[in-house]
Amino acid sequence: MSIQAPERLSFIGRDIERVDARLKVTGRATYAYEYPAEHVAYAYGIGAAVARGRITGIDSSAAQGVEGVIAVLDHTGAPRLGETNNRELLVFQSDRVSYRGQLIAAVIAESFETARDASQLVSVSYEQDEHDVVLTEDHPASFRPEHVAYRVPEVSVGDVETALAQAEITVDQAYATAAAHHMALEPHASLAIWEEDQLTVFESSQYAYEARDVIAKLFALGPEQVRVINGYVGGGFGSKGSPRPQMVIAAMASRVVGRPVKMALTRQQMFPVSGYRGPTVQRVRLGANRDGELTAFEHRAAAQTSRLHDFAEPCTTGTRTMYAAANRFDTHRLTRLDVPTPSFCRGPGEAPGFFAVESALDELAIASGVDPVELRIRNDTTRDPSTGHEYSTRNLVACLEEGARIYGWSRRRNQEAEGWRTGHGVASSMYPTYQMPSRAAIVAYPDGTFAVRLAAVDIGTGSRTALLQIAAEQLQVPLARVNVEIGDTSLPYAVGAFASLGTASWGHAVHLAGREMRQLLEGTDTIPPEGLRVEVDTAEEIQARPAKANAAFGAQFAQVSVRRHTGEVRVDRLVGVFAAGRIVNPRTTRSQLIGGMTWGISMALLEETALDPNLGEYVTSDLASFHFASCADIPRIEASWIEEDDADINPVGVKGVGEIGIVGTAAAIANAVFDATGVRVRSLPVRLDDLLGD
Amino acid sequence: MIEHELSLYINDRLHQVVVDSRRTLLDLLREQLRLTGTKKGCDHGQCGACTVLLDGTRVNSCLVLAVTCEGAHVTTVEGLGTADALDPMQEAFVQHDALQCGYCTPGQICSAIGMLDEVRRGVPSHVSSSLEAVPAVLDEREIRERMSGNLCRCGAYVNIVDAILSQVG
Repeated sequence: MSIQAPERLSFIGRDIERVDARLKVTGRATYAYEYPAEHVAYAYGIGAAVARGRITGIDSSAAQGVEGVIAVLDHTGAPRLGETNNRELLVFQSDRVSYRGQLIAAVIAESFETARDASQLVSVSYEQDEHDVVLTEDHPASFRPEHVAYRVPEVSVGDVETALAQAEITVDQAYATAAAHHMALEPHASLAIWEEDQLTVFESSQYAYEARDVIAKLFALGPEQVRVINGYVGGGFGSKGSPRPQMVIAAMASRVVGRPVKMALTRQQMFPVSGYRGPTVQRVRLGANRDGELTAFEHRAAAQTSRLHDFAEPCTTGTRTMYAAANRFDTHRLTRLDVPTPSFCRGPGEAPGFFAVESALDELAIASGVDPVELRIRNDTTRDPSTGHEYSTRNLVACLEEGARIYGWSRRRNQEAEGWRTGHGVASSMYPTYQMPSRAAIVAYPDGTFAVRLAAVDIGTGSRTALLQIAAEQLQVPLARVNVEIGDTSLPYAVGAFASLGTASWGHAVHLAGREMRQLLEGTDTIPPEGLRVEVDTAEEIQARPAKANAAFGAQFAQVSVRRHTGEVRVDRLVGVFAAGRIVNPRTTRSQLIGGMTWGISMALLEETALDPNLGEYVTSDLASFHFASCADIPRIEASWIEEDDADINPVGVKGVGEIGIVGTAAAIANAVFDATGVRVRSLPVRLDDLLGD
Repeated sequence: MIEHELSLYINDRLHQVVVDSRRTLLDLLREQLRLTGTKKGCDHGQCGACTVLLDGTRVNSCLVLAVTCEGAHVTTVEGLGTADALDPMQEAFVQHDALQCGYCTPGQICSAIGMLDEVRRGVPSHVSSSLEAVPAVLDEREIRERMSGNLCRCGAYVNIVDAILSQVG
């Protein structure tokens, strides 16, 4: 432990302007599709018109004859691709159609307009098979997956059945959440440029190294032959965590036509092709004594995946961490259907899972007569109830108490005025703290400036700013003397931006590199013109961490108004208090938390991508029919936090805040709707017709 | 493909271009003139990322065919301010952290500037209590309603409203 000198420069925790804000407000931040490329050609994808079947013929002669069309690619002539563990990426390799909208051909042309126009002239015939696209709780083809998002699918502790049989109070309810799409404002886009056997792709990616390695294997290249650049990314929310077909198509087309090729998914194509949060069907059984103390906690979840790739929404993994109950069981079922592959989506697992669990807790509060805040406090634990591990820090109770104070929970009243009924709800939030190995380099130059280099990415989270603060703090130099360079696989390896582990993982690496650089400079008189360089890897330190449970916690309080005669729900107020380790930048942290809570309101009241079982397609496939929150839907949102000092998770003490804001929000709102109306809505989104009837 | 010669002013500079008749104003800006500050989010008039000022009025440039812009004056985000001398609305977005990924941001800013002008001219909105007040009343509720054509998926609305409120004279 070093003793801080009074003149020590301190940047972590300071409210510093987002470093790329000025670039972004002037339109000068460059996203993948926007990089200049000489002689660029445009690719436009064509989606399958059946949900299951085989392509029996593709006639592209009319399209080929259009002036400005350079090539049409489909499975009959496309180059063969190498291996991948994600068959969504094996584009144009087979005549098989696995879901409606799957990209089966692409037109490459001199302009976007010509490519799109000519795509209408490509005629495709199919042999159509019966499709199965509807998820049910007990689908006959369901199975227990081997893993759910890298974790075990099932955990059993004690004896739930006996505990339930002996419980004084039980809750046993089914809950459901709707399919919903990420819909980052920047469509998935790729610009591919070959120079001999070197491929450069400007890519809307949350994880450049993953994209590089996947594309290298597909094109039988060494990783060093591929460079992926993701300098600015227009949101991702999980959908850009792994490459999407347009990246493969752009690279393939560029190789075929011998020119740079760029391709963006259209907004409509993003629905089948870019992943989504799959629907879930869940069941929660709780057993408790008369005081509301839990004795049994069971959570079962069913989710869907495609026939190409298994992705299981990890709905119940968060439940393992939440409340003390000696007897616990959770499990997942997965069903392969003729649908697009779902994927990680902001708060994966926890967002739908906590809707079920935190609604069930509210039902237990009603049944036991214990205040819902007090009920949660009573069931808190200092050890992870599934593993027995002690928490490095766990401040759920502090969040509940502080949130209740800010909200004025004890003074809440139900009101009815001018046809609007008001209610109040609460729910807990939690997101596990992960960290993955990353590298970082720092170069010191003779002019006193430093370059911080790693292939991290800022998808809007503020990571560029946070890494600058962490570096400057370690180097003990003003911010203006540090340049953070990220978003490029020519920089040292860094894990992607997902699972709220970015700033924790990258910050750790930058912190170590900064420390090494400072030590190096202490024994150095002059810096050579090319600079002095250090590079570090966090893998060993991560391995050596103590075996403790690590998670961020929070509590959210919602006030809603429900219009008696129409069932319209408005969120009047949303308060969130979180405990997420050390906060590097209060300004960008607040924005992240408010962003997550905005998603939570949207999930609670709006988001549902509607499936047409006859067509076998998600039919609300544009932004006028798939609704997420607009400006008019969002009230004042108050987000604050309890600072934690947690040296066990990483040397910076960062837990991450990208996901936790959405976790629990929908339950807080549905619980408030119950409080206002007496109607318990157990299926999201809350719809007007759920609330009509009196 | 049919091509047209076209003269228009973009950020006060005259451009003489030949455009495909199918080309939108958005793609003219982005693909032909390399003014990529204007963003393509949906190409369908549903997200607002492509908002520019066309003869002073905010429009979705993806819904405007370039050939209809003969003689028009178009203001894009690049015409508002520079990194060293931001337009006050740009500065307000920075100060209130009214952006995250930045992709909807140029459209939000152009839209906000166009919206304030509509208010000055007395253009009512769906939630206006008076259809005749000049200038129209502008409070948080009005801003939320009037800015709802510009979607933000990161969830920056709370800060966007604050940024715009700070510019209401």
